[in-house]
Amino acid sequence: MIKVENISKAFVGRPVLKNITAEFEQGKTNLIIGQSGSGKTVLLKSIVGLHDIDEGNIYYDDTHFNEIGFDEKKKIRQKIGMLFQGGALFDSATVEENVMFPLNMFSDLSVEEKIERANFCLARVNIVNANKLFPSEISGGMKKRVAIARAIALNPTYLFCDEPNSGLDPKTSIVIDNLIKEITEEYNITTLVNTHDMNSVMGIGDKIIFIYEGEKWWEGTKEEILQSDNNELNEFVFASKLAQKIRYGK
Amino acid sequence: MRLVETIGLYILFLKKVFARPQRGKIFFQEVVKEVDKLGLKSIGIVSIISFFMGAVITIQTAYNTENPFLPAYLVGLAARDSILLEFSSTIVALILAGKVGSNIASEIGTMRVTEQIDAIEIMGVNSANHLVLPKITAAVLFNPFLCILSMGVGILGGWLVGVSTGAVLSQDYIDGVQAFFIPFYITYGIIKTVVFAFLITTISAYYGYYVEGGSLEVGQSSTKAVVFSSVMILLFNLLLTQLLLS
Repeated sequence: MIKVENISKAFVGRPVLKNITAEFEQGKTNLIIGQSGSGKTVLLKSIVGLHDIDEGNIYYDDTHFNEIGFDEKKKIRQKIGMLFQGGALFDSATVEENVMFPLNMFSDLSVEEKIERANFCLARVNIVNANKLFPSEISGGMKKRVAIARAIALNPTYLFCDEPNSGLDPKTSIVIDNLIKEITEEYNITTLVNTHDMNSVMGIGDKIIFIYEGEKWWEGTKEEILQSDNNELNEFVFASKLAQKIRYGK
Repeated sequence: MRLVETIGLYILFLKKVFARPQRGKIFFQEVVKEVDKLGLKSIGIVSIISFFMGAVITIQTAYNTENPFLPAYLVGLAARDSILLEFSSTIVALILAGKVGSNIASEIGTMRVTEQIDAIEIMGVNSANHLVLPKITAAVLFNPFLCILSMGVGILGGWLVGVSTGAVLSQDYIDGVQAFFIPFYITYGIIKTVVFAFLITTISAYYGYYVEGGSLEVGQSSTKAVVFSSVMILLFNLLLTQLLLS
């Protein structure tokens, strides 16, 4: 479980996050949704510690994350897997080497065992016969799947996904969404997904937090989102004509 | 004020870089890779530049010392001392600042803007240490060999071109190269090379590591890395010369 309490963050005097409090539950896919520029990515990066927050508290289970020292943070980070928007695979390393990177750094496994683990993670995300390829030689969807494989290599307790579907076609997006959902339930991890894709919201969102202009505007489930009378949320969720037609029948 | 801020950030960056590597074995593997990338792949350019540098120094010295009162071995002596004292350390460092410096800044800068550095940090690895320390170690260890290679090729180039163009007689040149030899000149060249290697790698890595934006900014950081590395090389050349030779 991850808990954030009253966190605020400003860049050069411009507030980006305003007093956000939320709880992200274990074994569930927690979605952070909102328009581009609403502060979703800053919130996600603040929670993992890539941005220092100005005010508030972040808890990883019982650990007060923003109060602990560098070495303790390192220990928490070894329990974190993160999928970045562009995949963030290492260009100079092959698919297999990318997945083996966290194993090389933090496990005492033998080379054979590391290769076996990497192959297991790659198979879990349906990547086969691509071990020796470089990131520049694989498609966008494959990059995302390899990034997920790398993120789960060390059996993380927390999984963060920043816009996992950006730049992907709808079919591949569903594959990635389902993968995230399956992994979350299979390993009982706390997953936070940052998205503005409504298909993801309706497909995998166990718990949804809507961020509007840096503030938490709404919180609920995917069933509740359709019944909400929150204007800003409805403008976001039912922005497309198709969605409007489904909701209002016109 | 901006300069003070930059120097402060550079020192903090070095503090982050000079930490204990996460895994000694991985660090060693990375150093070997960097020796190949930054050192072995620079042998060609260093050799070419040193050869022509030695040749030009010899011809210029020969044409400027055409005087019956000056000893014939002076051309070889002047060429040797110019190469050992200045050209093989400083000029080669300036060339490497362009080749290696831009490579380091653009590589690390691209990793920054494509979130690869964030990915390393998220895993709990000190990204500055993991990415930069092997480069510094490789350059500091290998560049003295490039300097010695440059000295040898430069003197050889001077002899080959000087003799073949008739600017100097072979025996006179060889006598000059051997005359009044001070071994400390080689040590002096190597000390400068080590300092310059440190400056090139750390300054370039610093500019790459803190880049913000996209490809345009990566290009700009690469240019800044080369310019500041070159200026620092010239400044430290003056300081080291004053310290070691005065």
